[in-house]
Amino acid sequence: MTQLPSYYKFWHKLGHYSLKFGAWSVLFFLILPILVIIPLSFNAEPFFSFTRGMVTLDPDSYSLRWYNNIVTNDNWLLAVKNSFIIGIFSTIIATILGTLAAVGLSSQYMPFKRVIMLIILSPMIVPLIIVAAGMFFFYTKFNLAGSFAGLVIAHSALGIPFVIITITATLSGFDRTLYFAGLSSGASPVRSFVDIVVPIIRPGVISGAMFAFITSFDEVVVVLFLAGPGQRTIPRQMFSGLREQINPTILAVATLLIAISVIFLVTLEVLRQRSNRLRGLEGHN
Amino acid sequence: MNSDSESDFLRFANVQKSYDQKNLVVKDFNLNIPEGEFLTLLGPSGSGKTTVLMMMAGFESVTSGEILLKGESITRTAPYKRNIGMVFQNYALFPHMSIAENLAYPLKIRRIPKSEIKERVDRYLELIELQGFGGRPPGQLSGGQRQRVALARALIFQPSLVLMDEPLGALDKKLREQMQLEISRLHKKLGFTAIYVTHDQTEALTMSDRIAVFNNGVVQQCAAPEVLYEQPENAFVAEFIGENNFIFGVVKEIRSNVIEIEISTGEMVRARKVDDCQIGSICKVSVRPEKLFLISEGSQDGSSDNNVITGKLLLRQYVGDYIRYYFELPDEKEVVVKVLNDHTAPNIDRGQTARLLSKENDCFAFMAD
Repeated sequence: MTQLPSYYKFWHKLGHYSLKFGAWSVLFFLILPILVIIPLSFNAEPFFSFTRGMVTLDPDSYSLRWYNNIVTNDNWLLAVKNSFIIGIFSTIIATILGTLAAVGLSSQYMPFKRVIMLIILSPMIVPLIIVAAGMFFFYTKFNLAGSFAGLVIAHSALGIPFVIITITATLSGFDRTLYFAGLSSGASPVRSFVDIVVPIIRPGVISGAMFAFITSFDEVVVVLFLAGPGQRTIPRQMFSGLREQINPTILAVATLLIAISVIFLVTLEVLRQRSNRLRGLEGHN
Repeated sequence: MNSDSESDFLRFANVQKSYDQKNLVVKDFNLNIPEGEFLTLLGPSGSGKTTVLMMMAGFESVTSGEILLKGESITRTAPYKRNIGMVFQNYALFPHMSIAENLAYPLKIRRIPKSEIKERVDRYLELIELQGFGGRPPGQLSGGQRQRVALARALIFQPSLVLMDEPLGALDKKLREQMQLEISRLHKKLGFTAIYVTHDQTEALTMSDRIAVFNNGVVQQCAAPEVLYEQPENAFVAEFIGENNFIFGVVKEIRSNVIEIEISTGEMVRARKVDDCQIGSICKVSVRPEKLFLISEGSQDGSSDNNVITGKLLLRQYVGDYIRYYFELPDEKEVVVKVLNDHTAPNIDRGQTARLLSKENDCFAFMAD
């Protein structure tokens, strides 16, 4: 607790504490629905609420049966497999294309920079349902609807903006003369890019890739439109699970997704700090 | 100009550069640079000097004209194939590589055997007096040390030509002077040809064999430091290099290469003719503050064969090794006199008048603009 300034009168204090209360409530309402899922996923009963035994911490009221359910249910296993296949392939495509686009858009010689940037970022800005509907009609024409290729392309397009944003941020601190120094050392443009630019922007590339993966992994709207029965992903399976057979299996899946997200977030933070350290070397200190 | 065999090493022939197809940043640049020369491109910012260096390095294209290295055109050669060393203003050391890896990089690209790379890196670390620093990242080095590494990285693959783009700009004054010596020492020792860009004229004067003074994309004069300082070919050079006084007057008489003008005090000043002035036109005479001699009022020493200008003392500034006197002429122009602080510096009070003597050979007459 910080000491309040001594000149604070009643209204100051009231303002101070209401702000504090407001801020904490926002955080509370953001986090609680997520946290509450975790203990519920270990529920021994097929309910979405805390049983008496859970409240009294009776070990028999807790079980791993819903987790077991994921591993034994073919639908869930297929969904997990699909999510990873689509996630990994769309991440690879989004990362390569996004990195190249970010490097090009950071060049001082690039014409119409803002317009191009806006177009590439548009999947992030336009309501997803519109993007998804558009993709559905467009991809149907190319026989891409209901195929893995279609979903991978769609998720790549959704992931690219994140890659571009993170890499552009890393490149904004990148000193282009380093690239020139590579050239003057005798390295070809490609070699200079690989040896000098890539290692320095690597943290940005990795965090962009992670954002792209999470985007694909979480995505449900486009999947609803484009996926056939063979391409059900985890979010899609959860969605139908909610409507068809309500049981805490989806809570177990959700808990696993939360765990993955937390691991990603921590990794991102570590990368960000490393990137800052690398760039810190650049400064005139 | 030098004889052809000497000047064959690097030649700029009618080189022009334009970014917008309209305005020329570099206009008709012609220069021959003999092997082993330390040439400085000096000029204010935006004068085109850096553009010339960038065209030389290949980072900027040449709009028209040719650059010839050892008789072969490199105008359309990719930068990485030119085999030219370059030192950047902000060092441009690769932050993710150690000092030794930075030095080894140009050699690694050239597929030099590992054992030889190691041997050469050690030799160059010794050359820049950074033995034992090889394993450190660039971030742990001071500015001066980083610049020495950048220099070594540009030299390690033994290019015959090394370009330096204001390499000392980011260093403080003391370090800069130290590095000037260091660069000169390496140049003498290794014998490479250097093209050095700076806007710092002291740096240019102390380090160069020749200086090309740039303004508005045109070389104003290219000569050895002494020549540039002692015999400026135009008013820009006279004003840009070192400190100079400009005294205005009306042209009264023109002899073959001497001009006589009447200045605002009514006194006559003779100067060497640089620009073609007409009798009756206004012209300005440049004379360096250290080429003026102070004589207190009344004394007649040396008046007969010297120019005499009488001025009123505005301010006396004690600098330490010398003393600066600011005089005012009737036309409200100031004249600065620099006198060595060797106990002969006369004691004049503010408001007093004094006579400033100068030799005809130290005065240069230019057209007033």
